[in-house]
Amino acid sequence: MTEAPPYPQKRTCPYEPPAGYREIGERGPVLKVTLFDGREAWMVTGYRESREILTHPNLSSQRTHPGFPIVAPRFRSQIARTLALIAMDPPVHDVYRRYLNPHFSLKAVRRMRPEIERIVAGFVDRIVEHGPPADLVPLLAVPLPSLVICRHLGVPYDDHDFFQDASGKVMLGTEEESATAAQDLFDYIDRLVAEQIKNPSDGLLGTLVRERVVTGDIGHDELVSIALVLLIAAHETTSSSLALGVITLLEHPEQLALLHGEPDRLPGAVEELLRYIATTDLVATRVAKGDIEIAGHLIREGEGVLVSGTLANRDAAVHRRADELDLLREDSHHLTFGFGIHQCLGQNLARLELEVAFKELFGRLPGIRLAAPVGELPILGAGTVQRVLELPVEW
Amino acid sequence: MWVSADRERCISGGRCMAATSEVFDQDEDGIVVVLTSNPAPEQEDRVRKAAYLCPSRAIRIGDGPAGG
Repeated sequence: MTEAPPYPQKRTCPYEPPAGYREIGERGPVLKVTLFDGREAWMVTGYRESREILTHPNLSSQRTHPGFPIVAPRFRSQIARTLALIAMDPPVHDVYRRYLNPHFSLKAVRRMRPEIERIVAGFVDRIVEHGPPADLVPLLAVPLPSLVICRHLGVPYDDHDFFQDASGKVMLGTEEESATAAQDLFDYIDRLVAEQIKNPSDGLLGTLVRERVVTGDIGHDELVSIALVLLIAAHETTSSSLALGVITLLEHPEQLALLHGEPDRLPGAVEELLRYIATTDLVATRVAKGDIEIAGHLIREGEGVLVSGTLANRDAAVHRRADELDLLREDSHHLTFGFGIHQCLGQNLARLELEVAFKELFGRLPGIRLAAPVGELPILGAGTVQRVLELPVEW
Repeated sequence: MWVSADRERCISGGRCMAATSEVFDQDEDGIVVVLTSNPAPEQEDRVRKAAYLCPSRAIRIGDGPAGG
C-alpha cells in the first residue's frame, strides 16, 4: 500500500483541479489521505459513492467529536466547531433547517429576482463608469452576495466592509486571524440580534424573532449562531463562484459565445459551471458515528470522512467527457452544493445571483476579456472555498 | 408512472420543482407538494431527474398507476 497522498492541495489554475488530484482520483473512489496535521482521513472521490455516503445514517457532522477531521488550522476554533446547522446532526439539525427552509426555498428565491436584477445592474453601472481595466473582485464578486444577504437578513449594509473582511478571514485566514475574525463577527451579530429582539425589522432576522424567538422555540444565542452561519456561508462561496465562473467563461470564448442572446441557456450553463469549477473543492467534512461499508472499504466508527467535490464532479464513471466544459450539457449535475440533508440552504439564491450577474455582465460588456494571463491571477484557499484575489478585465 | 414525495424528509432544495413545476411545487414552508401523482408521459424524464437529484431522497417513483 502506497502512502496516503496529502490533501488538500492548491490549485494552480483557478478552475482546474490541482495536478496531484489526478493520482487521488485514480486511487479512488474511496482512499485514505493525509491531512496537514499528519492525521489520516477517508476521502471519497467517486460521484456515486459520494451520493451514497452523504445519505448514510452513520455519517455525522459533530465537529466536537475527537475523530472529526480538521482540514486546515482555522477549523480548530471553538466557533468553527459549533456552527448552527453545519455542525449539527438530526434531530436538532432538521428542526433548525425547517425554521429557515421557507425563506430559502426555490419559490421564495424566485420572488427575489427583480431586486437582484436591480442590484446587479447597479454594480455593472459602476464597472462601466470605472472603465477598463476594472477589477471584478471588489466591483462585483465580493459586494454582490454581500448586499443580497444583508438585504435578505435585514442587516445594515453600511457595515458591509466589516462583514466582507471578517467573513473572508474566517474562511481563508490563518488560524489566529480566523479565530479573531469569527469572534469579531460573533460580537457584532450578538449586538444585532439583541436589537432585533427588541425591535424586529422586516428582514429574515426580524422574521425569525417573530416566528421563533417570541414563540420560545429558540433564544438569543441560537439566533446569533444561525445568523453567523448564514452570513459566512453566503459571502465567500457565492463570491468565489462568481469570480471563477467569469474566469472560466472568458477562458472558453467558444462556450461563452453560445450564451450570447440565449438567456434560456443560462440556468443550464450555471449548473455546468458549478460542476466544472467545484468552488467548494471539499463538499463534506464528517466523522463516522458507526461503521460504514462503502465500495469494498470499511470505515470504522470515529474515523474522519471527506468528500471531494472537485473529483466527484469530474468522475468519468458518471459524467460524459467529464473534463470538458459543455454549457449545453442537458444532464449536468454536481455535488458543489453537497448532497443529503446538509445540502446548501442557499443554493437557489446562489444560482440566481450567478445567472443574473452573468447575463448582465456579458450582455452589457460583450467585448470583455481578462486583462492579465489566467496563470497570474492570485489564488487562495486549498481544501475549501477556491478564491481569486484579483480579477482584472478590460473591454 | 406514479410519483410520491415524503414531506418529512424534504429539505426544500427545490431541485424537483426546477426539473418540472408541472409535477412538483413547494408550499409556503418550502416543503414539496406533488401536483399530480400520475405524471403525463412527456413529464416522465423530468420526474426521474427530480427523483435522482433530490438530496434527501424524498421522491419515490414507480411504474403503473399507483404505489408509494
